[in-house]
Amino acid sequence: MNTPAELKYTKTHEWVKMEGDIAVIGLTDFAQDALGDLVFVNLPEEGDAVTAGDVFADVESVKAVSDVNCPVTGEVCAINEELLDEPAKINEAPYDAWFIKVKNVGDTEELLTAEEYEEFCKTEA
Amino acid sequence: MELIFEIGEEGRQLDIFPKCDVPEVKLNANPRKQELHLPHVSEQELSRHYTKLAKRTHGVNDGFYPLGSCTMKYNPKIDEEMAALPGFTGVHPLAPVESVQGCLEVMDTLQKDLAEIAGMDAVTLQPAAGAHGEFTGLLLIKAYHESRNDMKRNKIIVPDSAHGTNPASAVMAGFEVINIPSDDKGCVDLDGLRAAVGEDTAGLMLTNPNTVGVFDKNILEITKIVHEAGGLCYYDGANLNAVMGQCRPGDMGFDVLHINLHKTFATPHGGGGPGSGPVGCKEFLKKFLPGFTAVKNGDCYDKSYATDTIGDLRTMGGNFLVMVKALTYITTLGKEGIKEASSNAVLNANYMRVKLSKTYHMAYPVTCMHEFVMTLEEEHKQINIAAMDIAKAMLDYGIHPPTMYFPLIVHEALMIEPTETETKEEMDHVISVLKEIHDKAVSDPDYIRNSPHTTVISRPDEVKAARTPVVAYEF
Repeated sequence: MNTPAELKYTKTHEWVKMEGDIAVIGLTDFAQDALGDLVFVNLPEEGDAVTAGDVFADVESVKAVSDVNCPVTGEVCAINEELLDEPAKINEAPYDAWFIKVKNVGDTEELLTAEEYEEFCKTEA
Repeated sequence: MELIFEIGEEGRQLDIFPKCDVPEVKLNANPRKQELHLPHVSEQELSRHYTKLAKRTHGVNDGFYPLGSCTMKYNPKIDEEMAALPGFTGVHPLAPVESVQGCLEVMDTLQKDLAEIAGMDAVTLQPAAGAHGEFTGLLLIKAYHESRNDMKRNKIIVPDSAHGTNPASAVMAGFEVINIPSDDKGCVDLDGLRAAVGEDTAGLMLTNPNTVGVFDKNILEITKIVHEAGGLCYYDGANLNAVMGQCRPGDMGFDVLHINLHKTFATPHGGGGPGSGPVGCKEFLKKFLPGFTAVKNGDCYDKSYATDTIGDLRTMGGNFLVMVKALTYITTLGKEGIKEASSNAVLNANYMRVKLSKTYHMAYPVTCMHEFVMTLEEEHKQINIAAMDIAKAMLDYGIHPPTMYFPLIVHEALMIEPTETETKEEMDHVISVLKEIHDKAVSDPDYIRNSPHTTVISRPDEVKAARTPVVAYEF
């Protein structure tokens, strides 16, 4: 399992990277592996408000449809449209395949360090 | 295999169509831009084509079909025969009631039988399938709260093991969904439920036995908690096969439910429909029912409309021929037969569960109802054999795989539902096959990972099938 040390993680298997004031959000390697080959992704629209702990996207794999939760509260300022056409990119490179970028970041969920997240995944698995 | 358009030759035809007995009319208003693409085949070619297609499918008539949570059960042929009677197939839904007394009697009798089985006071036969029934039931709950001017109740509580249709129906009906976690037996966590209910609770949606095949023994406490908070209780009849004739949702404290006639009462399931999802309710919800219900006035049958109806959920009275099958099934089995069917469904599932637990890990080590869930999580971690691999390997033995990767709360799940009609010999055979596959997965995992080896197509590209399906023939 790949868990880059510079990122923060949630217990619902999303990763967050802070780029200045902007939060970049995606799905972890552990999550993509558990879900299997992804076939569809639904993303919010630019300008949508997102809330920490609430669903902001969903992904469909050959096994099931799953919700993706937002680790932070704020406003969506960019979406990765490439994923809509090629959800397989999430399987191939989960930490390059960001879902959304969020500005005006307010509240955040309880975020884990890479080490804590790896520990958490061990108990999950 | 060749498609029907790829066989035959121009000029070949068959004579199944009767001679035209009306004057021919040329349609000039919208002339065709191109020739109609019709296959040119002889009757024999056609017959062989469909036989070839039939040989490449696998249904309940071919062998064991253990799709859990779906109930692909064997349906007696007499039910189809009754539904094919011309008096039933030839009627029009708008025919005057005096000309369809027999049909109305079928509906009236079925409404009463289903109400009796479910422990409800009234039944509408209008909903066309399970999720349609859920939506109907939720609109009844909504109408009830609105009729009491209790407008703040906008939340439906759904356990995390629920069928995906439950939260979807709740959202469709304008509610917000509150998910509550299950306990380690897959049952409702009572403290979690107590914490979730409140002044905004419109109701709870639940199946019992639940989605992992376990009967929730706290059911009376569960419905009491919801009622005391002012909510109503909705029973998803998906798993009625396990309890019909034994206990009744109405007696468990449920106020409204749907029943899948295509799961429980003799309509083939999964063949593309139609299904039928009658909704039953307690007396106090009766005035909100949709469509018409059949009633007997004196010696005659009539249609009756509810006073404060939520409105029609579809046109006409519902999928009538499915009702004929259901009534035939219930009448042939009778009170004792219905009970025996659910007893055998539970007995068969437990027989397989206990025998298989020597080889496979059970997700919940408790007595199950009509279905049980195995988990391949250990195998997946240790020898990289997934539930999918076991399921695919079963195809080489001519056995349909069980439900996979459901419910979502169990990882690497295989959910088996043998149903009441399988014999001990058949179940013993399947148990030995599953054991053989497991042994092979340990001794030669690559062989199982590459299964199936004997089917026409081994492993289709599921991503491609989902993203770029080709469903039309290009001429």
